[in-house]
Amino acid sequence: MTNVKINSVAKNYGQVSVLSDITTQFPEGSFTSLLGPSGSGKTTLLRIVAGFVTPDSGTVSIGSRNVTNVPVWARNIGMVFQSYALFPHMTVRENVAFGLARRGIKGAEARSQIDRALEMVRLPGFGDRKPKQLSGGQQQRVALARALVIQPSVLLLDEPLSALDRRLRQEMQVELKRIQRETGLTTVFVTHDQEEALALSDQVAILDRGQIVQMGVPTDIYEKPKTRFAAEFLGDTNFLTGTVSARIVTLSDGTAIRLADAEVAPSDGQSVTLAVRPEKIRIVEGVADAEPGLNRLQARVTAVIYAGAALTYVLTASDGTPFKIFAQNTTGTIIPEGAQVTLTWEPKHTILLQDQA
Amino acid sequence: MIALGKFYLLAILVFLYLPIIVMMAMGFNDSSLYELPFHFTTKWYVALADNSQLISSGINSVVIALITAVVATVAGTMAAVALGRRVIRGKSLLQLLLLPPIAIPWLITGTAMLVFFFWTGIGRGMHALILGHVALAIPYVVLVVGTGLQTIRADLEEAAMSLGSTPVHAFFSVTLPLLAPSILGAALFAFAVSLDQFVISYFLSTPGFTTLPVQIYSAIRKGFTPEINAISTILLLGSMAVIVVFAVFARPGGNRDKR
Repeated sequence: MTNVKINSVAKNYGQVSVLSDITTQFPEGSFTSLLGPSGSGKTTLLRIVAGFVTPDSGTVSIGSRNVTNVPVWARNIGMVFQSYALFPHMTVRENVAFGLARRGIKGAEARSQIDRALEMVRLPGFGDRKPKQLSGGQQQRVALARALVIQPSVLLLDEPLSALDRRLRQEMQVELKRIQRETGLTTVFVTHDQEEALALSDQVAILDRGQIVQMGVPTDIYEKPKTRFAAEFLGDTNFLTGTVSARIVTLSDGTAIRLADAEVAPSDGQSVTLAVRPEKIRIVEGVADAEPGLNRLQARVTAVIYAGAALTYVLTASDGTPFKIFAQNTTGTIIPEGAQVTLTWEPKHTILLQDQA
Repeated sequence: MIALGKFYLLAILVFLYLPIIVMMAMGFNDSSLYELPFHFTTKWYVALADNSQLISSGINSVVIALITAVVATVAGTMAAVALGRRVIRGKSLLQLLLLPPIAIPWLITGTAMLVFFFWTGIGRGMHALILGHVALAIPYVVLVVGTGLQTIRADLEEAAMSLGSTPVHAFFSVTLPLLAPSILGAALFAFAVSLDQFVISYFLSTPGFTTLPVQIYSAIRKGFTPEINAISTILLLGSMAVIVVFAVFARPGGNRDKR
């Protein structure tokens, strides 16, 4: 159980910069997700921590040990691969025993440790099967047991759930979280699935073009995205642009939007981009007055997506920007296409993005 | 359609195996001029035991084929692994260069080798035959092992390394066992390429050291007896036995699990 420190790590492949100057820390016992689109460098970062990739510059420390120049096999890491990478010519027991044998643990001691690991992943009694005789979810558990049995200093997961179907994936998410809590292992998890990252992690790092653009606890990442990229990559978002004046942002059509009180307002006259999450917005048909203190925006419905319990309205705001909102189907009445509507939301849900328009 | 398919299969079996069966049968026929009616005898096998030229060339053939199989399999497997798993400059060129030796007529390869070996002082004889056969067999081995390697995921070795294996240990404990059926198949291929080889062997043989195909060829020119059928039968049954063993233990293309 140890923390992982990454200091000024950079990696280029030829002319292409894959990671540029990453400095971050994964605290002891934490579950960190590296989230980003493909090509963002998240897998490269994981492979640098694992030791499969040597950074061009910078250092990696696991605990108090600088492992930058330590090869994979001497780092004591537990890794689970996207394809599980179980040895097909070995039984489940032999797979799990592999890492123990490399550490000189054999016989009765190895047997009891293997049994414990298989119990931990809820696969006792599967020891004599070959990987091919197991389902995808079971193979995933064996891969996890194989990584855990060696008591690694850090657990690295490379999109381990992406090959599973939706139901199994949710089941494994719960399992993964339980096992991580029980073992208290510092865990780094690479994924491109935002919901998975939010559900599992203590902290989420969003990567874009080789840089960590934002890192924090899931609620902060979702409620307070700093950039347009972070807001867009994680969940749906509406964007508004306008000019600041005394904590009020005026849109091109003159609509005034109040900033959240907690927000540090930029200097007057500056052009800014705001983000509002679709589920934070209330919709009322017609031109209505807002309760005092709420932000108000007129819009026209361009499409309604009816999904039974929930509705998605696609709108055009009065300043011409496309808008989208989610509404629970509480009343049973649907606002028709083409209708004039009033949107309201609390100023605290108005997110001021840092990359200015 | 089915009837046509059956006929097709029958035709293949007839044209492929009937001549071989006739050849084997004639080894047990009394007439030295392959005349019928058939009178069973084992005298050609007895005579073969005294025919030191045929026997020794047969042994030469097997010895050279074995050495070729071992050397070409080891070298070819190393090349296939290097081409398949490492980053090498000019890799695609190297892979491309493997193919022509398979396509170039052996007569041309043989002439080229004879000239080259003469010119470099390697000369002819057993060592030259082994060199020639190994060079000829390596592309087959690289192709067969390379194809097998493609079915083995590279992250298996990475998994082994994450568990504490050095790259060498990871290769020997994970990749090599999984590659074994392909390697065995490649060895068989190399063995067959060498045992079959006539043209190159003909060029590189010396009067004192020949292989069986070369010996049979010169025997045919001089006039021959069914002793040739006898030794051919022995060789054929020997190779068939090897193939049967391979098919039972390696099950190429089938389920690799031994249960």
